[in-house]
Amino acid sequence: MVSAVTAITQTDRIRAILSRVPDPEIPAVSVLDLGIVRDIAPGSVTITPTYTGCPATLVIEQSIRQALDANGFAEVAISTTLSPPWSTDWISDEGREKLRAYGIAPPPKGASASMLKNQELAECPQCGSSNTEEISRFGSTPCKALWRCKACMEPFDRFKCH
Amino acid sequence: MDAIATYALRLGDDSLIISQRLGEWCGHAPALEVDLSLANVALDHVGQATHFLNLAGEIEGKGRDGDALAFHRDVMDFTNCLLVEQPNGDFAQTIARQFLFSHYQELLFTALAASRDSRFAAIAAKAVKETAYHAVLASDWVVRLGDGTDESNARMVAGLDWMWRFADELFVMDEIDAAAVAAGVGVDKAALRTAWDARIDAVLADATLARPAARRPVLGGRAGRHSEHLGHLLSHMQFLQRAYPDATW
Repeated sequence: MVSAVTAITQTDRIRAILSRVPDPEIPAVSVLDLGIVRDIAPGSVTITPTYTGCPATLVIEQSIRQALDANGFAEVAISTTLSPPWSTDWISDEGREKLRAYGIAPPPKGASASMLKNQELAECPQCGSSNTEEISRFGSTPCKALWRCKACMEPFDRFKCH
Repeated sequence: MDAIATYALRLGDDSLIISQRLGEWCGHAPALEVDLSLANVALDHVGQATHFLNLAGEIEGKGRDGDALAFHRDVMDFTNCLLVEQPNGDFAQTIARQFLFSHYQELLFTALAASRDSRFAAIAAKAVKETAYHAVLASDWVVRLGDGTDESNARMVAGLDWMWRFADELFVMDEIDAAAVAAGVGVDKAALRTAWDARIDAVLADATLARPAARRPVLGGRAGRHSEHLGHLLSHMQFLQRAYPDATW
């Protein structure tokens, strides 16, 4: 009984710590918001990369390590898994709202299977208009495309559906 | 290396070499957006290479990791197909190479995601989503250049004509492929050809381009028989490790 309670408390505490670890490329959202943390168990944290070549992957692992160490969880191991592959559907609702507030149009939910052609128009994170167009399929990071709002004329990043 | 390790090595080498080629465009592309997209595609390929080369080293079991395989081998030990080592040429030639390769890689990874070896399957399932993006990006440019001005059309035709001779090698099955297929690990590449042809033909039709004339296929990359271009590519890619072996920072 006691050990079970301790285990629950421990994973909750780790979850709280990870909710304060920012993504290095998009510091407005945490590694939890982005769905990078796949599993938290007593003694281990499992993470998954967003893109295979995402240069932030190593930094993310180091940030998590640092945060765990600093909060007395030095014995908690971090492992990485590729399967099942990360998708933008794993970004939490809270994470989507934080992205929008930060100026990045969040990806539509549940669309990762049909992501390519006939992609629905992004909503401008500045003015909310859907009168927008894609400028470039690839943006400032692997996970973002470059869009432009034709209503307020502001360019913006869109988190790619993946 | 045994057949399965070699199979992983080949997958990793293809991704590594095309990523290095794409990286050469960094700061030189015709527009900022193009520069970003080529660098991003290169980055995806680096990620694939890291996973497959680490896996090759793991299966080999002699303590070599992905970095050792990328930086401590010479040209004849590389097993990439000849297509990916072809020089960038102009933008249209680079797009032609990516167009032929990404459609192949998307079909390959789609099939490899069903591999009995979960390590191969996991990498393929992860990478195929990115590869699909590359195929669409390259196809869009083939249409834009092919169905563009006389100048862009002529360049696209010339780019495809150069790269076409290296396409057959993508689908050649040798004893390594056969062993990987027999073990339930690998993919029957020859069986991908029909689907690849259909994809390529559909885009070419959109682009008002004729399918390039059949040429004598150029083969040999898988056996380490490379064009002179690869040695020059490695002299750049491996410079630091050659000058300062095992340097860390």
